[in-house]
Amino acid sequence: MDKFTTHTGVGVPLRRSNVDTDQIIPAVYLKRVTRTGFEDGLFAAWRNDPGFVLNNEAYAGGSVLVAGPDFGTGSSREHAVWALQNYGFKAVISPRFADIFRGNSGKAGLLAAQVDEKVVQRLWDLLEEHPGTTVTVDLESRTVRAGEGADAIEDSFDIDDYTRWRLLEGLDDIGITLGHADEIASYESTRPSWKPATIHAI
Amino acid sequence: MGKTLAEKVWDEHVVRSTPGEPDLLYIDLHLIHEVTSPQAFDGLRLAGRTVRRPDLTIATEDHNVPTLDWDKPIADPVSKTQVDTLRRNCEEFGVRLHPLGDVEQGIVHVVGPQLGLTQPGMTIVCGDSHTSTHGAFGAIAFGIGTSEVEHVLATQTLMQAKPKTMAVTIEGSLPPGVTAKDMVLTLIAHTGTGGGQGYIVEYRGQAVEELSMEARMTVCNMSIEWGAKAGLIAPDQTTFDYIEGRPEAPKGADWDAAVAHWKTLVTDPDAHFDKEIVLDASTMTPFVTWGTNPGQGVPLGGAVPDPSQYDDDSDRIAAEKACEYMGLEPGTPMRDIKVDTVFIGSCTNGRIEDLRAAAAIIKGRQVDKDTRLLVVPGSVRVRLQAEEEGLDVIFKEAGAEWRGAGCSMCLGMNPDTLSPGERSASTSNRNFEGRQGKGGRTHLVSVPVAAATAIRGTLSSPADLD
Repeated sequence: MDKFTTHTGVGVPLRRSNVDTDQIIPAVYLKRVTRTGFEDGLFAAWRNDPGFVLNNEAYAGGSVLVAGPDFGTGSSREHAVWALQNYGFKAVISPRFADIFRGNSGKAGLLAAQVDEKVVQRLWDLLEEHPGTTVTVDLESRTVRAGEGADAIEDSFDIDDYTRWRLLEGLDDIGITLGHADEIASYESTRPSWKPATIHAI
Repeated sequence: MGKTLAEKVWDEHVVRSTPGEPDLLYIDLHLIHEVTSPQAFDGLRLAGRTVRRPDLTIATEDHNVPTLDWDKPIADPVSKTQVDTLRRNCEEFGVRLHPLGDVEQGIVHVVGPQLGLTQPGMTIVCGDSHTSTHGAFGAIAFGIGTSEVEHVLATQTLMQAKPKTMAVTIEGSLPPGVTAKDMVLTLIAHTGTGGGQGYIVEYRGQAVEELSMEARMTVCNMSIEWGAKAGLIAPDQTTFDYIEGRPEAPKGADWDAAVAHWKTLVTDPDAHFDKEIVLDASTMTPFVTWGTNPGQGVPLGGAVPDPSQYDDDSDRIAAEKACEYMGLEPGTPMRDIKVDTVFIGSCTNGRIEDLRAAAAIIKGRQVDKDTRLLVVPGSVRVRLQAEEEGLDVIFKEAGAEWRGAGCSMCLGMNPDTLSPGERSASTSNRNFEGRQGKGGRTHLVSVPVAAATAIRGTLSSPADLD
């Protein structure tokens, strides 16, 4: 995984709450067996609407999505994170993320930055008034910044310490865990024999 | 201070705990299906890793498989590739697989309990959010993404921060005709879709204790629909009776040892929950959704709410968008809503008890001439059991379609989908926009409401049939 320290890119205001995983990528797009190529499915239903924000040229190349509360509710599909990444997003800002989506983002290297709802409102207003404005998400200082002068927004965002550290270092979780293989083996030796198995020795 | 059930199960599975880091949690059972696993197996191959415990791993094909012509090659080439990829991966890594055509094939969350693999006190994960279903046995069970699937395959563990605990106590008894589905839909309307976020929830109280194992699975299944990490119910005699004698259940002395341990898996009287919710079952009624998330529900006797009456801006906008998408006028009585398709099935309501309940209502009646009824058993075993009891004949004589096992129209990934604008009453778990097919409109309902709706063609309860 690539290291994530700070990112600055065009902010895209998605003025919706409860953006569920079926909106991020409908199930019919989940049939690929790769981690790439999911950008076509991103917000597939909404992209038919010419007025949808991703169809607005002013936000072309957007890489920081600013969404309402309860982003990523529903399915466990990591394809939702891949679709956002494949499209070009590096970070999503929301007042509240669904647990599984937030976990998947941390694993796949998409920054899920949780901010106060008022910050999202201010970012929406700024990005709609001045399309093309860039937003900076600084993981080192856990800060989100956008705009200049009187309109400038600067506030902190929440992310758990462990995910932040892994993103900053670009670490592979499995590698870390395999470093504890002895402890796993030791735990396994204490498991009761009546615990079920799917394969039985003949 | 005592421990909650969730804390006991969690603590029994901690391999490693270090301040400032998530716990390393051992996983007792890993369920695999075709949609969320291919990239995980690819990751193993790229890194030259193996599956650490194939004997704690099991796979089946459910999301993507057809429910018609299941004995023929899958017609959609992209779906076929995904299913073939699972078969190749299971072969290569030595994972037990129940493919389409196998007698143990079915929805992964129906198959685990049915085989007796789902047992109290376990940790169970799957690349599917409805893994919470298995919590009905007093297990900690939750959905994971593909990166975590790969992590479990490689290490049989997961890094997880310990969630907070919540008690949902449902007092009293459910009135006749009101089901576990109505109970959980009522709860979600009360909490909203984010109300459980960050918590493992224990469902308890008289109404929960009175539920059958299958009904408990319906409740735990929908834990994720109000954002909970997992939902569980303390194991009791109902649980033990369900498990005993199943193919993978402990036997002989192992059974006695297992039950002795399972009986300790209850919340201690002096344990502390971080949050508590209390609801009264005796006031619950058949409950249906009107909107586009599972929290947007009302009693069947109610009406589509008026968005302008919402105080909260974000709720109001969401309700306006939902009404527009669903093609509903505020104030419309729910019972006046005409339905095109009724879907009975899914990991929420696709078990044998569900099919029996539906058949009892449909028997001797005809499906409304403008309505389609699709009955999809949750597994091949459920289908065979239903056929042995003649339920398939009841459905077919009423004009319903009797299908093969799979996730089917719950998520519209296989050919079973709604057309744009088509309206369904569905016993599944999500009414998101387009969930059952692009432009499709979903009302979540219980099995009795689904069956009565199929007969009348409008949202109905069995009481409306006489």
